[in-house]
Amino acid sequence: MFDTLTLATLPEQDEGLRSVVRDLVARHVAGIPIDRRARSWQGFDAGFSRALGAAGLLGLTLPKAYGGQERGPFARFVVVEELLTAGAPVAAHWIADRQSAPLILHFGTEAQRQFHIPRICRGESLFCIGMSEPGSGSDLASVRTRAERTGVDGQGGWLVNGQKIWTTNSMHSDYMIALVRTSGTPDDRHAGLSQIIIDLKAPGVTVRPIVDLTGDAHFAEVFFDNVALGEDALVGREGEGWKQVGAELAFERSGPERIYSSVVLLDAWVRHLQATGRNDCAPLVGRLTAELATLRAMSIACTARLAAGESPVVEASIVKDRGTGFEQELPVVIGDDLAAHPDEPVSAELYRTLLYITHVAPSFSLRGGTREILRGIIARGMGLR
Amino acid sequence: MQDMDLLGPFARMLDDVAGPAAVRALEAGGSIRPVWQAIVDSGYLDALVGEEQGGAGLALGQIAPLVEALGARALPLPVADTMVARALLAEAGIAAPEGPIVLVSSLAQPVSGALLADHALVDTGTALVLSPIAALDPQPTGVHGSVSAKLTGVPQGPSLARPEGGLRAVAAVVRAALIAGATARLTEMSAAYANDRVQFGKPIGRQQALQQVLAVMAEDMIACRIAARMGASHGIAVPVHLAACAKITTSAAASRVANSAHAVHGAIGISEEYDLQLLTRRLHEWRLADGSEGYWSGVLGAARLGSAATTVDWVRAEVFG
Repeated sequence: MFDTLTLATLPEQDEGLRSVVRDLVARHVAGIPIDRRARSWQGFDAGFSRALGAAGLLGLTLPKAYGGQERGPFARFVVVEELLTAGAPVAAHWIADRQSAPLILHFGTEAQRQFHIPRICRGESLFCIGMSEPGSGSDLASVRTRAERTGVDGQGGWLVNGQKIWTTNSMHSDYMIALVRTSGTPDDRHAGLSQIIIDLKAPGVTVRPIVDLTGDAHFAEVFFDNVALGEDALVGREGEGWKQVGAELAFERSGPERIYSSVVLLDAWVRHLQATGRNDCAPLVGRLTAELATLRAMSIACTARLAAGESPVVEASIVKDRGTGFEQELPVVIGDDLAAHPDEPVSAELYRTLLYITHVAPSFSLRGGTREILRGIIARGMGLR
Repeated sequence: MQDMDLLGPFARMLDDVAGPAAVRALEAGGSIRPVWQAIVDSGYLDALVGEEQGGAGLALGQIAPLVEALGARALPLPVADTMVARALLAEAGIAAPEGPIVLVSSLAQPVSGALLADHALVDTGTALVLSPIAALDPQPTGVHGSVSAKLTGVPQGPSLARPEGGLRAVAAVVRAALIAGATARLTEMSAAYANDRVQFGKPIGRQQALQQVLAVMAEDMIACRIAARMGASHGIAVPVHLAACAKITTSAAASRVANSAHAVHGAIGISEEYDLQLLTRRLHEWRLADGSEGYWSGVLGAARLGSAATTVDWVRAEVFG
């Protein structure tokens, strides 16, 4: 069962990218406190993303013809691992580089590729993904936002009405790739759904940030009131949106960002233990270290499936479910360890980091597909139902 | 030779001679000869022995799938132990005996498979000694169906240099690969059973509650396979940190997978006549052998705390390096 998901190694030439990333990260991250670094891929810095683009560290999986590096998923794994473990602010380019550009490359027209992908590779064009709606969370096929064809004979376009919610970074983004209904009704389920590229500066678009329980506003509500788009807004084929979204989510679920969300906290805690000279929790440190190593090997195994040209939907769900479980366990056991030594001083920075991760951790198994939905996907992959 | 080319004939040979009936016979004290002779004749026992010493010269990583195949059949014979022992003996220029050999990293606790072994390769802390098992007075544990034994006394026989870190690291990786094989088989059996068994008018595998349990089993199964193969990736001189990761991941998963398999199967899984219990009993035994997750977590954690590197950098250098 899932026999192809097995031990794989990162190619030597891709390992060589580490030092390039490290130099750049050191310059940009040095002054950022740990509790800000703990924002992981929610930390936003458009200047840093442009610097990564200029250094050739974006678009690693994309063809050179469109400004990419044509190096493949292993190279991206190395770069992403370096960025995440340093707690670098990568949100600005994150979604565009990981999902939007590959989606446009696979399903878009030549004109769409030539327009969007080079800008994404330079870190200049920021994207968000419009999937969830107030009435559509895990049940994505029930989306109600509609795009209606306007005009005639190919001279027309699309008129969009509806609402998206929980859209990460939409307030900073230039474009949204939205899953919308182009025909039928929610009762038609997967049929009649399409993906369109929405220019968020178009008249009729309103973005309202939503503040989360940590005080951050990284996601937002986005309203579409008679937003008029050109014919070329459609990406891929009309009515094929559901299939395209599935491929897109495999990218979102397979990466190392699904195992490293709490790694800045783990490192800060280890430094705390080393500074206090306390080793009573060595078995806990060892257990967590082994789990991180195993998850890293699983994530590399999944990356190898991407590198082989597959869309490892089930395998990515396996890595994400286990990985987010680890990410969520870290603040629980680290909090317990620190507070199990009530007479031991804890720095304010470590304390803030612990509580930030503690509070935000439930989102780890919500974003990109809930734990329960992923386990359903895995079960189907096992031949159940 | 491709690893899969090795696995096919080996797995077919095991299916012929080491099915559930043969496993039950071994547990009941039957002769090891029919099974053992087939394994000897297959030539696989010298898979790890160097080519210059007449073996196949394969690396531990290449035979990890074979060890998993042994685990998937809950075979209590120390076949993988014997493969490792024969490689170590050949390297030291010591002629290997014909029968099964158990790897013994400590005499303090029962040794898995020792009642079926002719010899023990014992780590005394200063050397490895190849001793006839009889010299160590093997005593059954009294656990139903177990062929583990408590060994006592001083091992008698030729000795060879103790590898750095002793026998425990390689023995732990063997146990990890056996666990990986057993968890894979249990996951397959449980998924198949969930599709067959009908309650409330439909297969129980359609119940979301059960699907969640089975999905976690699949995650554990893959974690075990990858951790065990990572443990085997550096040959039989297993670095201690690799052994630790492999055994921590597989031993922690062993209890969960055994419990979930029984939860899915209900009462039938508890019964003696059903094959599930052969695998779950062995899982618990292998979990306890050569250091549990707690033992190896202490080893790994102490090493980790001794380094100023970040966790990912440390793991890259010390586990993946």
